[in-house]
Amino acid sequence: MISTRQLATFGLILTRGYNRPAMHEYAVTENVVDIVCRHAVKAGARRVRRVHLVVGELSSIIDDSVQFYYDLISEGTVAQAAELVFRRVAVEVECGACGYVWQPADADWTCPQCGQAQARVRAGREFYVESIEVED
Amino acid sequence: MSRIPVVERIMKANDDVAASNRQLLDEHGVHAVNIIAAPGAGKTSLILAVSVALAGRVRVGVIEGDLASDVDAQKVRAAGLPVYQINTGGGCHLDARQVRVALDQMPLDEIDLLLIENVGNLVCPVNFVLGEHTRLGISSVPEGDDKPHKYPTIFANVDALALNKADLLAFMPFDVAEFERLVRSLNPEIAVFQVSSTVGTGIDALADWLAGLAA
Repeated sequence: MISTRQLATFGLILTRGYNRPAMHEYAVTENVVDIVCRHAVKAGARRVRRVHLVVGELSSIIDDSVQFYYDLISEGTVAQAAELVFRRVAVEVECGACGYVWQPADADWTCPQCGQAQARVRAGREFYVESIEVED
Repeated sequence: MSRIPVVERIMKANDDVAASNRQLLDEHGVHAVNIIAAPGAGKTSLILAVSVALAGRVRVGVIEGDLASDVDAQKVRAAGLPVYQINTGGGCHLDARQVRVALDQMPLDEIDLLLIENVGNLVCPVNFVLGEHTRLGISSVPEGDDKPHKYPTIFANVDALALNKADLLAFMPFDVAEFERLVRSLNPEIAVFQVSSTVGTGIDALADWLAGLAA
């Protein structure tokens, strides 16, 4: 793991706020830190140990870089050094013609039951902070 | 140690600004289209082509989103359209706050249809709603007919898709039927247009569809 200081050495200083360079994971992680801090402070928590995130496979492509950005952004806050735990939700669709429900294995969402292309997304768009584990 | 339920949408902060953008647009009777495509798909050229086709019918304004430079805005301005250039400074997508800044600078009462050209990217912009009424994706023939396999999320999350550079279908292996079949399997309601900004194929059909939205 690269430290904030090392990043700064490379001139890659990430500052919070609007109009800064940002991969979308960075922008997304800023939101996560904001949400976690708000709820932790409201609960009077001393420290956040774990953050549980629910991420649908259709909602966003985010990976380990989120933890990396999280460590940077949360530094000095109550949310610092928490571990991010992802619960991935598979895409689940329902055929609008025959009602069959399945989890597509690829990008062809034609109904395997009746052959119609009328898929409606039932799950996979989730993208939220589910809960936080804190030290009281 | 205790577990606190949160259940808060990660994109809520952006979504809230987008909702306020949407309200502002509605107050001024502007229909906004968020245009999402890979770099080089022909976003700016297509914007210019449909704007010409809409001239005299629909007043078009443009927001250009790019990592850097204002070359796109210059092209649009040269065509006589009101334009605002957002430079994301490395950011891979537009967000609702950036669009808000742009909206505050634009003559919204003189615009019926606002075309927002997002940063060239098929992944990141999907998460960030801007306050748009409609999402238009652009694929181009040279990108290949397997794009829906690689980026299903974008095809599942747009209202319409323009398959650009259709004039190149004569020169490249591209299975249009299979491409459209996959796209419609991901998104049964999607409107699909085959277009070519270069030779003008399908531009009128796309322009008519956009005019219908702005009416």
